[in-house]
Amino acid sequence: MSQLRTEDTTFHHGAPQTGTKPIIEMQNIEKHFGNIIALAGVSFDVRPGECHCLLGDNGAGKSTFIKTMSGVHKPTRGAITIDGKPMDFDSPRDAMEAGIATVFQDLAMIPLMSVTRNFFMGREPLKGSRPFRRMDIERMNDTTVEEMRKMGINLRGPDQAVGTLSGGERQTVAIARAVYFGARVLILDEPTSALGVRQTSNVLATIDRVRKQGVGVVFISHNVRHALAVGDRFTVLNRGKTLGTANRGEITPEELQDLMAGGQEMAQLEGSLGGTV
Amino acid sequence: MADTAQSIQDERLKKEGLGPRLMKRPELGAIAGVILVTAFFLVTADSTMFTLSGIMNFMTPAAQLGILAIGAAMLMIGGEFDLSIGSMVAFAGLIFGACVVTLGLPLILAIPLTLAVAAGLGALNGMIVLKTGLPSFIVTLAFLFVLRGASLVGLKLASGGSTQLRGVRDAVEGDWLAPMFSGDAFGPIFAWLAQIGLIDTFKSGAPKVPGIPVEILWFIGLALVATYVLLRTPQGNWIFASGGDRNAASNSGVPVRKVKISLFMVTALCGALVAIITVMDAGSTDARRGFMKEFEAIIAAVIGGCLLTGGYGSAIGAFFGAIIFGMVTIGLTYTNFDQDWFQIFLGAMLLIAVLFNNYIRKRVTGER
Repeated sequence: MSQLRTEDTTFHHGAPQTGTKPIIEMQNIEKHFGNIIALAGVSFDVRPGECHCLLGDNGAGKSTFIKTMSGVHKPTRGAITIDGKPMDFDSPRDAMEAGIATVFQDLAMIPLMSVTRNFFMGREPLKGSRPFRRMDIERMNDTTVEEMRKMGINLRGPDQAVGTLSGGERQTVAIARAVYFGARVLILDEPTSALGVRQTSNVLATIDRVRKQGVGVVFISHNVRHALAVGDRFTVLNRGKTLGTANRGEITPEELQDLMAGGQEMAQLEGSLGGTV
Repeated sequence: MADTAQSIQDERLKKEGLGPRLMKRPELGAIAGVILVTAFFLVTADSTMFTLSGIMNFMTPAAQLGILAIGAAMLMIGGEFDLSIGSMVAFAGLIFGACVVTLGLPLILAIPLTLAVAAGLGALNGMIVLKTGLPSFIVTLAFLFVLRGASLVGLKLASGGSTQLRGVRDAVEGDWLAPMFSGDAFGPIFAWLAQIGLIDTFKSGAPKVPGIPVEILWFIGLALVATYVLLRTPQGNWIFASGGDRNAASNSGVPVRKVKISLFMVTALCGALVAIITVMDAGSTDARRGFMKEFEAIIAAVIGGCLLTGGYGSAIGAFFGAIIFGMVTIGLTYTNFDQDWFQIFLGAMLLIAVLFNNYIRKRVTGER
């Protein structure tokens, strides 16, 4: 990797956490589907308080890899350790209990329901005793407003329907929910892919906030700019393999772009397009 | 907590008035409908319609439909349909009639048995829908015919060739559970009210309204329980979530399958309850019982604000939707209009309700 420095951006406030031990470590993960080798030896780790970007073009194996990390798929080969202990996820629920939360692209949000009801969906706090056990609505409302305020979103009210929020705000609700329910590692699957400029910067700011709380963030993207704006480390995935991990400041956007595209072709293409890609 | 929430008001947000906030309640349309229909009959109908006996007159059919409508509404919020509830009323009526007349069982056995059969059939409906992934519309349409046919065949077997099973009244006479499911409640209170002259009496001194028909109490009780479940319990949240987006709900840990199967069972149980009440009331059961009620129940639920796509609606709305139904069916007899206007009204009301709900949904979700 080259030693060229990247310029610092507004979103990068955290110091690289080189000293700390990783929360989750994935070593030489392989995943085969029948005769298709989706992952052919991927190594990846996440430390507390860092944003580790996983970059790759379509079909590079990003989705398969995060699904392995979040317990949806079981790796064919390779080891997953959490806090140094070997782990074996049988279901997404196992991963969630170990503190690995994933915000998928569909966000698991229901537009017709209020922010509060979405926030606590499936994990409603209760009060009272049977048979009059019920949801603790006041606590749910207060918590939602408070958690959203921490993320920089002022709700009209806790009963505001999620459908009235913008794409970036919905993403933030999903992130806030995962963090509130104890995520130590937060996997974000292309959180900025469908967003406008302003909403993207809101989501990147949210990632920064979450990182400062000591959560390890895995940011999946194929947009180099978004990744560089917030990432501490960058791992590029190409054709099911990791092409290495670079620290912030050790790599230029052009190099990342080239790595994602698999090297030479992109450089040539870029030349013919006059550097616009 | 409250003061921090206030100090961070966004200056770009206008304070929402009472009007727009009310607009977002799903039951608003139905309440407006009740007011409209009441106003209509106050003008056109004979004044006896709104005396105590007149009110009981239209509340009784409203309650019988309403019990079904509340079940249908909960199922619709959960994202499914049940077109077999009308046939379920006939089939549960047959089971109940056969239990008390043919087998001579006491109510304490006959009622749980009827409810259990209905719940089992509801669960079967639900399991087929979830296993196959077919729309519940088509699966329950099949059950509409299966159960109606089974009621006919079963009635002929139980009664020896007739499609009517009589003798229920004699069979349940004197059973200690009977007052829970038939007749009028609060009789002594009404007698006392008549005595002190607060309500109208016949010449003999007996009150014109001997009490509140039990189905009205069941109807009100069920509406309250359903509303409480929907708005205040985690299960209610799961119902909204399952209907709103099945995948999102199950990714968030909502037991979608359990929720939906339970809702099918609840709907079937509502059908069985109506069967028990109406069969005991009529003293007999026949194969036409509950005919077309599935559509009326769904219409009442839609008038009550339920979206056909699920995830939105209210039990209180279905409650008022059923009252509108009762008022119009019975109310037309108090006017000079031809009774058959009822059907025209039904269709028009459904169309208006759907358009209105669609508009409200767009408001709620901020779609433009």
